[in-house]
Amino acid sequence: MMLEEDTGLSLAIAQIVQRLKGSSLHSQLERQARGSLHKPEIKLESLKEDIKEFLKTSGWEKRLQNAVYSELNVFPSPCHPAAPPEHIKEPLVYMRKAQGSWEKRILKSLNSMCTELSIPLARKRPIGEQKELLNKWNEMGTDEPDLTLFRPVYAPKDFLEVLMNLRNPNYENGDQPSFRNHLGLIQVPLKVKDIPELKDYFSELGLNTGQLGIDDSTQVPPELFENEHVRVGQTVLTEQDSAAAQQYVRQGCPTALRAELWALILNISNQPEDILYYEQLKSNVIQHDLLVDSLIYKDVKLTASNDDYYFVFEDYLYQVLLCFSRDTSVLEHFSYNSATPPKSYIRGKLGMEEYAVFYPPNGVIPFHGFSMYVAPLCFLYHEPSKLYQIFREMYVRFFFRLHSISSHPSGIVSLCLLFETLLQTHLPQLFYHLREIGAQPLRISFKWMVRAFSGYLATDQLLLLWDRILGYNSLEILAVLAAAVFAFRAVNLMEVTSLAAAEAVLADLSTLKVMPLLQIFLFATVS
Amino acid sequence: LVLLQNAGHKGSYGYHKLKEREPRACIRFKCALTNTILDILRRRPGWVEVKEEGEWDFYWCDISWLRENFDHTYMDEHVRICHFRNHYELTRKNYIVKNLKRFRKQIEREAGKLEATKCDFFPKTFEMPSEYHLFVEEFRKNPGITWIMKPVARSQGRGIFLFRKLKDVIDWRKVKHVLSLLTPPNFFFFFWEDDQKDETQVENYVAQCYIENPYLIGGRKFDLRVYVLVMSYIPLKAWLYRDGFARFSNTRFTLSSIDDHYVHLTNVAVQKTAPDYDPEKGCKWMIQRFRQYLTAKHGAEAVETLFAEMDNIFIKSLQSVQKVIISDKHCFELYGYDILIDQDLKPWLLEVNASPSLTASSQEDYELKCRLLKDTLHIVDMEGRLTGKEKRIGGFDLMWSDGPVSRAEGNVDTPVNGSFMANTHLGYNNDRKKQLKQLFRPLHTQQKV
Repeated sequence: MMLEEDTGLSLAIAQIVQRLKGSSLHSQLERQARGSLHKPEIKLESLKEDIKEFLKTSGWEKRLQNAVYSELNVFPSPCHPAAPPEHIKEPLVYMRKAQGSWEKRILKSLNSMCTELSIPLARKRPIGEQKELLNKWNEMGTDEPDLTLFRPVYAPKDFLEVLMNLRNPNYENGDQPSFRNHLGLIQVPLKVKDIPELKDYFSELGLNTGQLGIDDSTQVPPELFENEHVRVGQTVLTEQDSAAAQQYVRQGCPTALRAELWALILNISNQPEDILYYEQLKSNVIQHDLLVDSLIYKDVKLTASNDDYYFVFEDYLYQVLLCFSRDTSVLEHFSYNSATPPKSYIRGKLGMEEYAVFYPPNGVIPFHGFSMYVAPLCFLYHEPSKLYQIFREMYVRFFFRLHSISSHPSGIVSLCLLFETLLQTHLPQLFYHLREIGAQPLRISFKWMVRAFSGYLATDQLLLLWDRILGYNSLEILAVLAAAVFAFRAVNLMEVTSLAAAEAVLADLSTLKVMPLLQIFLFATVS
Repeated sequence: LVLLQNAGHKGSYGYHKLKEREPRACIRFKCALTNTILDILRRRPGWVEVKEEGEWDFYWCDISWLRENFDHTYMDEHVRICHFRNHYELTRKNYIVKNLKRFRKQIEREAGKLEATKCDFFPKTFEMPSEYHLFVEEFRKNPGITWIMKPVARSQGRGIFLFRKLKDVIDWRKVKHVLSLLTPPNFFFFFWEDDQKDETQVENYVAQCYIENPYLIGGRKFDLRVYVLVMSYIPLKAWLYRDGFARFSNTRFTLSSIDDHYVHLTNVAVQKTAPDYDPEKGCKWMIQRFRQYLTAKHGAEAVETLFAEMDNIFIKSLQSVQKVIISDKHCFELYGYDILIDQDLKPWLLEVNASPSLTASSQEDYELKCRLLKDTLHIVDMEGRLTGKEKRIGGFDLMWSDGPVSRAEGNVDTPVNGSFMANTHLGYNNDRKKQLKQLFRPLHTQQKV
């Protein structure tokens, strides 16, 4: 036992060291250490200890800690030293296969659009066009390109159809569906938490713990919770401690501190080299036009520009998403994402690996609603390069799981199953009723979860929800909230007799307060 | 719910005279508009619409009726009407400028230069042509500033244009001729309509310093619409509504280069709300959202300072016309204040509207206007339910009652100890339903006995 734990630990340490070795933090630490040699407190006899002490007092040790913490959060712990890379992406074979065929479908759709419209996947812009785009960089939204021929590559409901057909070939659950079986759309046996486990997991959301989103409402005197919570938040920021911040935001972020707290948790510091990197991406956008750019334009125009609150940020969305498509550093996350970036071949060299490139360069093909991942962040970050980095980090930590097929507990398949199980277990009458009238609950809640509720909740509520995603480093809260919403509107839903009517009851979530809903569902409902 | 008592009344002027604060059998109203306010009046329990020549207890009139009829309409004590006779002292650009300038001088005399700077929230404005020479002096002192010409009376949105060259202001006919020669796409332009046939209606305009560094969100310029209800000027009693909105311009803000020889026109006017209809759906943010956005960006303290400065604008502007407006007790008025925030988070008063648009541009907007108007009618209190000491009614907070009103517990008369916090909650959560329920419940049970 001890031996295995040790090997696991040393393996993890080795991997983290490996990843941090090439990072800018490493070179900064080296530079700092070298620079400290001139200081009087560094003595030759105790060089190692003195430098360590210096790094501690100057805050660099804290930064290293934050970086390590970040790595631990993002990269999965190695299961076994001999595990092949596909296993890290996704351990279950049937899931990998399903993801593979889904990807083939997406690519086929993209390629056929390409051929139909005779548009190349990528082309270099003529100088005149480059100049024009540079001038218009801050107001790309004023452009009205003809996007009628473009259509989104897929929409969430297409993806749901695929998930509904997922089956584990090694699992036979009997012939007749009955109350003992799962009545929902997802028919794969993944382990999901039940309410007692969720209560434990989300213990900081309990009734006896102060929450922003509940205990900061106008009727509650701020001395009871809010003032102290804000003070603690300011301390966390002064200490610049990622781990403490992550624990802190479980109770919600004060509005004025949220931007910095999220940056601390995601370990984003907006160094000069980060700004430079963003500028480089921007120049890539200026120089080359990609087919996916039109998809991005179309998505922004269809979704964010139509939203009452996010239309204002239209230009920022282009500035983030166009750069995102060209960011090859995003490719790194495919080592733990079940998806694989699509490959494209230079004209005439199909199949020849030397002429293969990933397309788009970041390997992520946007779908309908993709821009809504970025929109809420515009509320917090106004400097393009910082906004960009925050979004990129959110994507490679969380959002990618919402549109790839995997067995991960925060993957969309698990979230769907968690949602359906919670509903079937705790509101069986409602679930059965909805199923009978052809309104499977997941058909309605799927789009909420795929978008992490962006565009469905009021912005301040959405940000309180995303506080908890960051705090718990998990997306399971999305499934719990979806179930809580159904529970909240159960009375009305019991009256409806069609899918359309059920959709209508759940069409407008903009008045919901998420924290009370979550608390009631998890901690105050008699099951 | 209105308590029914003393049912029945006689027609014409001989109707049963009730004491001012007694609950009435039914409240007869007239309404000159056909939008949200009509819906609200029709739905109000115990209120009955009267036709053309019928007697009324309440009239939501329009300004033209007021101008023609107010002076020779007898109104009983209890009757209420939604405008002050000479509200234009506050709402016409040339008058408010005059009143603010005079008020500022008064404050400087009484309280010193520093205190007087609290009145510096109105962009420098000169009336044309009477202050033409003063304007020229200012123009020469500060070359390069962009000035905006605005019509004095209605903000129809027409006739607003920017200029940098003095000679453009001199001859209106020449300017109009020049305008007619301009063709798109170089400039946006408008022909302004003269309500009167006389072409040289130069006294209809003011030249105002154009704020060149507005605060931008998403690269867009916006202004704030805030609602202030004045129940009387002497003493000054004013309420501030918690809801409001930010109106965004559709275009990205740029001060395009102004050609030396021509006036520069923008479509600033297009964004101005016409009195009746705002076709720009989706170009508004509720003010709560705006307040949160600013707090996330600048922190709570900076935002509180900004909103306190806006309170200052409301109060000072009302105080500046306090002595000139005829404070008829039949009158109340719901003003729409237009505020522009600049990049230093300083608020500027653009104008005050006595007839803010009550037409809704979206469902959310409709609900806001319903709340606003319902609560306005609660405060007018034709039903006689209030004590007069309330500090909050629905979404309205009493901002000024012959003196600043404190947020501390208790009613208007309760003495305040400790530090003073203004009783304003602009951009706060508007949990009016709950508050109204609590407010009206004791009175209801009391009257039943």
